[in-house]
Amino acid sequence: MNGPVVLRRDMKSSIRIASGQGFWGDLPTAPIDQVRRANADSPVDYMMMDYLAEVTMSIMQKQKLKDPNAGYARDLVEVIDAILPDIVEKNIKVITNGGGVNPEACRDAIFAIARKRGIKIKVGVVLGDNILDSLDALLRAGHDLKNMESGEKLTDVRERVLSANVYFGAMPIVEALRQGAQIVITGRTTDTGLTLAPMIYEFGWKENDWNKLAAGTVAGHILECGAQSSGGNFAAGWKSVKDFANIGFPIAEAYDNGDFVITKHPATGGKVSRQTVAEQLLYEIGDPKEYITPDCVADFTSIRLRDLGKDRVLVHDIIGKAATPFYKVSMSYNDGFSASGTLTYTWPDAMEKAKLADKILRARLAKAGCSFDEFRTEFLGYNSCHGPLTPTKERDVQEVVVKFGVRGNDKKSIAEFGKHIAPLILTGPPSVTGFAGGRPKPSDVVAYWPALLKKTAVTPQVVVDEA
Amino acid sequence: MKMQLLQICHARSGDKGDAANVGLIAREEKFYPLIKSKVTSAVVKRRFKGICEGKVERYELPNLWALNFLLHNTLGGGGTVSLKQDAQGKTLAAAMLRLEIDVPPSLLKKTAKQKNKKRVA
Repeated sequence: MNGPVVLRRDMKSSIRIASGQGFWGDLPTAPIDQVRRANADSPVDYMMMDYLAEVTMSIMQKQKLKDPNAGYARDLVEVIDAILPDIVEKNIKVITNGGGVNPEACRDAIFAIARKRGIKIKVGVVLGDNILDSLDALLRAGHDLKNMESGEKLTDVRERVLSANVYFGAMPIVEALRQGAQIVITGRTTDTGLTLAPMIYEFGWKENDWNKLAAGTVAGHILECGAQSSGGNFAAGWKSVKDFANIGFPIAEAYDNGDFVITKHPATGGKVSRQTVAEQLLYEIGDPKEYITPDCVADFTSIRLRDLGKDRVLVHDIIGKAATPFYKVSMSYNDGFSASGTLTYTWPDAMEKAKLADKILRARLAKAGCSFDEFRTEFLGYNSCHGPLTPTKERDVQEVVVKFGVRGNDKKSIAEFGKHIAPLILTGPPSVTGFAGGRPKPSDVVAYWPALLKKTAVTPQVVVDEA
Repeated sequence: MKMQLLQICHARSGDKGDAANVGLIAREEKFYPLIKSKVTSAVVKRRFKGICEGKVERYELPNLWALNFLLHNTLGGGGTVSLKQDAQGKTLAAAMLRLEIDVPPSLLKKTAKQKNKKRVA
């Protein structure tokens, strides 16, 4: 892993990395489009696909418990099936964290496809991020894994932990690329590492070239949410975005000095401008001077943007500093149950009726002896998102969806709640409809537990095979 | 003159645990010093009264003409625990843009370049 950087004779001075997927469930045609549209005028050398949100691992862990061959993003295998001939022909490398808690099973599923198609391909997997089975050993060795937000001790929830994964950075992927992998499948890897890795590999960047690593990390942040940097969810001028239906996902054209241009394939919908890129840069960040990844700490206040026109934005002059000695750990644990249900009330007096329904429901559940940690009622179409900031008067509301939600440890109470929504239609205020889909049932609440772990406590493993 | 931030800024918001982040970006460089002086963390805390239950932290990104706000204790526990319709705070950017501030009329004058651009279009 920490071997010397071998300078390759064919070292490139620029590469193009396409974003194919911003989350598990993103536009299914996007990665196929990115690959098929690639040509000499709009080349793609790499495609990164992000599949993992914070609690995705717990879902995958559950799937793996039921079936030892499951536990990864199955959609990814479908995508690979669709693009395999194209990526081989065009020599596009694919990097993704869709391996979830079972990257090897994901690789084997891809090998099965390749064999069926008679295609030879090298696939690399990154392992070692899954520390669920070594949690107790880590705790015994003195790693407290306390919640980095609340400061609580892990021992408080240890018995309820469902998944535990270290966020690896770019370096294990770089190693897989060095060993010739055309597809790299990881478990829990930072979204940004998926984009940074090919830059380190192709440009021979050193592991302590902090400014360049920070530049690649910023490129990763811009690509990691798919079309959110190329016109999707664009607040500054969504009406100016053309052809949302055929929105082009972003492409980073990276240079070996750390500068990069964000763009997209020609003749696609969407938009790349200073404003679309700026919005994504501000997305889900904390202290902009301290954007911490396993690879470096990037300073977002150093970022400079220049709109080059024609859906091209230059991002340059990025500064970074040394990585911290810690990996972030993402754990998930069972934290009780929840359920929610909705009803729709219309004019006249829609809000008054909805509020009365809420009062009736609460009274009936109290009478039934139910108890909840939280009971939340929201008025969709009126103020569910902006609450007290909503200036509209209640009497002007023409129709409203009232959403009841409960959460708690007493599963019986949650189940009882589900039985009391539909009866409101015949036993409460009038002009009500919209109850469909049966009784709301209790579902498990899976909570998130972020922690830090010394990098020396875990070692990434890289395995590259051909089939 | 009183004006909604929507006229001179754009914004994006999302979740960081139980905190929401709201990035507020000036549409033109000339508006950045104005929002920097007017949209303080105290103003934002007042703006999100009843939604943000914790403190508001503010960070400056002058190169991007932007301010980043972290609104703590805002998302009903955050992530999968939250019962909120907007559990990830994705619509809070819009609520921010509805905030009214005083904008000096002199700042709103179009530059010669902008006027020219409009004529060409």
